[in-house]
Amino acid sequence: MNVRIVTLSIDGRDVGAREGQTILEVAGENGIEIPTMCNLTGLKPIGACRLCVVEVAGSRKLLSACTTGVTEGMQVTTDSERLRNYRRTILEFLFTEGNHTCAVCVSNGKCELQELARKLGMNHVDVPYRYPRRDVDATHPRFVLDHNRCILCTRCVRVCDEIEGAHTWDVMGRGIDSKVITDLHQPWGSSTSCTSCGKCVHVCPTGALFEKGHSVAEMAKRRQFLPYLSTMRGAKE
Amino acid sequence: MSKVKLATVWLDGCSGCHMSFLDMDERLLDIADRIELVYSPLVDHKEFPEGVDVTIVEGAVSSEEDLEKIRKVRSRTRILVSLGDCAVTSNVPGMRNMFGSEAIMDRAYLENAQENRKHPDKIIPPLLTQTRPIHEFVPVDVFVPGCPPSADHIFSVVADLLDGKTPDQTRFLRFG
Repeated sequence: MNVRIVTLSIDGRDVGAREGQTILEVAGENGIEIPTMCNLTGLKPIGACRLCVVEVAGSRKLLSACTTGVTEGMQVTTDSERLRNYRRTILEFLFTEGNHTCAVCVSNGKCELQELARKLGMNHVDVPYRYPRRDVDATHPRFVLDHNRCILCTRCVRVCDEIEGAHTWDVMGRGIDSKVITDLHQPWGSSTSCTSCGKCVHVCPTGALFEKGHSVAEMAKRRQFLPYLSTMRGAKE
Repeated sequence: MSKVKLATVWLDGCSGCHMSFLDMDERLLDIADRIELVYSPLVDHKEFPEGVDVTIVEGAVSSEEDLEKIRKVRSRTRILVSLGDCAVTSNVPGMRNMFGSEAIMDRAYLENAQENRKHPDKIIPPLLTQTRPIHEFVPVDVFVPGCPPSADHIFSVVADLLDGKTPDQTRFLRFG
């Protein structure tokens, strides 16, 4: 197999990459950390959360590092005042759009959103909180879906489709009314496509999906299966 | 050296942040030498005084009384500190927001009451439509989230303020 090598610069450092890699992958290989949320190694990137936006010389738009492929001579900036402002605002939107009451959440202390707020130094939210009224679906015998904590990263949708092959999950509605659904927007417990494998629960970054029987701060997610399964699946196709 | 005039205020919260404040344990003795505690649920002053240097506020703004209080506190305070998740995000008190204050009053005073079932018309301050964080009503200078913030977190902020420094607001940062 022929692999083409491209050279680009990230934050002023010249780095080599294989053609077809994304900016996020190449940055990661070179020890440059870019904040992410919807991205998860083993699932196809979709650039939904926009937290990984970077500046690319010659482009007025900010580009999501997880979905933008590297090209020869590309000049990427992953950290700037402008990017920090955008990321902070995006993070604040994620917190205000739903109801993320960390203190009483099953994922308290084990949540990727909570951790990202700490990492990015978000000590309060300037955007007014929305406090939307959202449902909880506890009809599944083993799992619960709490829409209050959902940030629409669609990891559940992707893992169910790409890895489990069931495609029980999907997204309905538009804009701020969007939400994840099971089958044709029916209670999860009545879904005929769900195999109850629990992969969606364990890739969920927040407390939106959790196993029954867990109380506050008890829901640790286990993701070790994902790189293995996606590699094996990739090898087969 | 004149002592720093410090106040603490308790709005809609569980007092856990004040408990965490007390968890500074022996460090309180060092602080006590450097401050004059001019108002607090821990002492017996009735009226919030003028000319306070630092006020630490626990709890969200839930009622008309809270709102009146926080406006007065702000106008009489040089540095206002939002202490804990309720003050910073509205946290658990804010979980009523999606239902409306009327439904909450019904649940407390009609559905769950055994006797004298009616909404109170005196003593209990009327609820605002929603419980909201302090900085949505008045400007806040320092944010100390956490449920509760650890004693180390509170100490680092208070110590910096007493030294006249801008507190490091990221070192112990954590929601929940």
